[in-house]
Amino acid sequence: MDVLMLSRLQFAAATFFHFLFVPLTLGLSLLTAIMETRYVTSGDQDYKRMAKFWGKLFVINFAIGVVTGITLEFQFGTNWSRYSQYVGDIFGSLLAVEATLAFFLESTFIAVWIFGWNKLSPKMHATAIWLVAIASNVSAYWILAANSFMQHPVGYVIRNGRAELDDFLAIVTQKWAVLEFVHTLSGAYILAAFFVMGISAWHLLRGNEVVLFKKSFKLAAAWALIFSLFVAINGDLSGKEVAEKQPTKLAAMEGLWETTKAAPMYLLLWPDQENERNSVEALPLPGALSFLAFGDFNAEVKGLKDFPVQDRPPVLPTYLGFRLMVGLGTLFILVSIWAFWKRKDPQSSPLLLKILPWLIPLPYLALEAGWLVAEVGRQPWIVWGMMRTADAVSPIATSQVATTLVAFILIYGLLGAAAFWLIFRNARKGPAPVKAR
Amino acid sequence: MLETIWFVLWGVLWAIYFMLDGFDLGLGALMPALARNEQDKRVVYNAMGPFWDGNEVWLITAGGVTFAAFPGTYAVMFSSLYSALMLLLFALILRGVAFEFRGKVDSPAWKSIWDGCLWLGSFLPALLLGVAFANIFMGIPIDQQGVYQGTLFTLLNPYGLLGGVLFVLLFMTHGSLWLAIKASGELEVRAQAMAKRIWPVLLVAAVVFLAATWFYTRLWANYLTYIWLWILPLLAVIGLLLSRMYMAQNAWWKAWGASALMIVGCTLFGVAGLYPNLLPSSLDPAWSMTVTNSSSSPLTLKIMLGVALVMVPVVLAYQAWAYVTFRHKITDQDLAYEEAY
Repeated sequence: MDVLMLSRLQFAAATFFHFLFVPLTLGLSLLTAIMETRYVTSGDQDYKRMAKFWGKLFVINFAIGVVTGITLEFQFGTNWSRYSQYVGDIFGSLLAVEATLAFFLESTFIAVWIFGWNKLSPKMHATAIWLVAIASNVSAYWILAANSFMQHPVGYVIRNGRAELDDFLAIVTQKWAVLEFVHTLSGAYILAAFFVMGISAWHLLRGNEVVLFKKSFKLAAAWALIFSLFVAINGDLSGKEVAEKQPTKLAAMEGLWETTKAAPMYLLLWPDQENERNSVEALPLPGALSFLAFGDFNAEVKGLKDFPVQDRPPVLPTYLGFRLMVGLGTLFILVSIWAFWKRKDPQSSPLLLKILPWLIPLPYLALEAGWLVAEVGRQPWIVWGMMRTADAVSPIATSQVATTLVAFILIYGLLGAAAFWLIFRNARKGPAPVKAR
Repeated sequence: MLETIWFVLWGVLWAIYFMLDGFDLGLGALMPALARNEQDKRVVYNAMGPFWDGNEVWLITAGGVTFAAFPGTYAVMFSSLYSALMLLLFALILRGVAFEFRGKVDSPAWKSIWDGCLWLGSFLPALLLGVAFANIFMGIPIDQQGVYQGTLFTLLNPYGLLGGVLFVLLFMTHGSLWLAIKASGELEVRAQAMAKRIWPVLLVAAVVFLAATWFYTRLWANYLTYIWLWILPLLAVIGLLLSRMYMAQNAWWKAWGASALMIVGCTLFGVAGLYPNLLPSSLDPAWSMTVTNSSSSPLTLKIMLGVALVMVPVVLAYQAWAYVTFRHKITDQDLAYEEAY
């Protein structure tokens, strides 16, 4: 393997690992903030214990999210120096704004929150977790705006042999960024909701801390339903945006080779990139692809063969990632309806309680699959239509990247195992018992 | 002009990072020497507890600002220092996780794993940052295309290693002074003694580094041209002397402040000497990355300056508030607190 492939694998490993922890941070920080606010406004001690219990799981998760985020920022320079040089004027500034505006806030106030239960007034303490939650979500916006620039570059001019900033607001407010932000956040909130529902269900089934976990369940079930519906609507809009702006990605997502009017969607499909066809193609839904892409059953959808071979993304992972994400998204809607319907008395349905803990990994899978579609589907471009990934890599030695890739896999593997084991252990242990006074 | 303002800000951000993270890196590196038992170790962890994460964001910001304001330098510097930076990142990852994970399982074996990570994750970054910055002061072998013509071992030259030793000693002094502020009883006494014991070594290292700088680098050129720049190394010297004086007076907050001044003075001394370079080439001065050939467009610099001038003071204000909130000595009550490290 060459430096390019190794660097791509390394970046993939680092981002996918980082994103195992980010969504729970985004969602659970808000849920914890809501719980603590209810405690402050109503004085209900259950909500305080809930905030402490879920907050503890949040903190374990948060730590590893932070430290793996640092490596990502530095990897643009270490592994993608040509890229950094070419688009740093724009991309670098978005990351720098993220750090000064949001990262400081969350990192400072998470510590204030952890250590401040007895030092601050309840209102100040609740404010600290709100600042963490808001900062995490604001942080996501800047990162996703930066990613949106890679997906659909706007607001720049090519000058002095690089992309230079022309319109900052255009970059920050472009439709792609807004859609990507809403989509990613909705996904993150679904993940957090399923996390809370799954753990609550496990305890409810065993009759532990029933009052507390029923309250948690009720809150999470509402979130799960709202955001799983929301992500579907937003996903549809995002799909249309992809159809318009990244036709090769859309064609790869659907395994479409020939440009077709009234393009169907095949329920069963297996793409074969080498022979530019699908080896399996069955159960068509007539016109469905045209409708989903352009809102018109007869619209023409461009096939991959209309694009030069060197401009096509890897089809199989893009296609599989998309199918997996959409399939899981559909499942989340169904389960959320069920959970929402039972939210007031979840114990009346032991089957639901038995299933929910097993579903905790699924939103993780769906979110990673979504990123696979976004990033692999964007290939061969690192910045769509502007710069190829192959031209972006640093002039470094293969052995350097090979060594660090192995180190990444080892260290991240061990840390990931330790983190999930700790979360699992603390989740099973349940909330700290009420102290006798 | 904009580029020069950003150059100053760039130096200031690194200085703030070293001043703040310096004490917790130094303290982590000294923990095996200072903490005799579990109680001591927990005091050390909790002395850094509410601060280390916020401190580390200054590194991210310094890195992010290099990217935003000087993308050319960011690209060449970070890819040239590839192996050293990756080591730094792995060390910082293990360290950050150690804080959150250590106390979550009540097993001596589990705890000693993370104690090891804390030590390595503190000592190695201190050393690597010193080695990296000494090499930046001296210049590294980058060619006309900005491609690095060396290896990790190229950086481990005498001057680079001297920089590493200086940073480790600076941070260790800073860290033991912090523990003297936060700990009480025997541990406090041990921390005070440690600071006093490291100080003469630091003095020697600083003098040797300064002398070596004359021979190995071109930092002096700016000082011969602009006499007023001498205020920066002077600040470092004043900080160094004051810190010892305050130690003798048992004024530990003041001693810590003086050691912070020393760190800021040292960093700015080197950075000011670099100007207009950000990363000199040791092969040919014409191939150096400078404020003009590696900076962002004026528009980006202007927008970023607006953000920085508003946000950096705001960040400093709320971080200062956090420091004031948690400035007290660690008590038994703090250790009994269920969320403590």
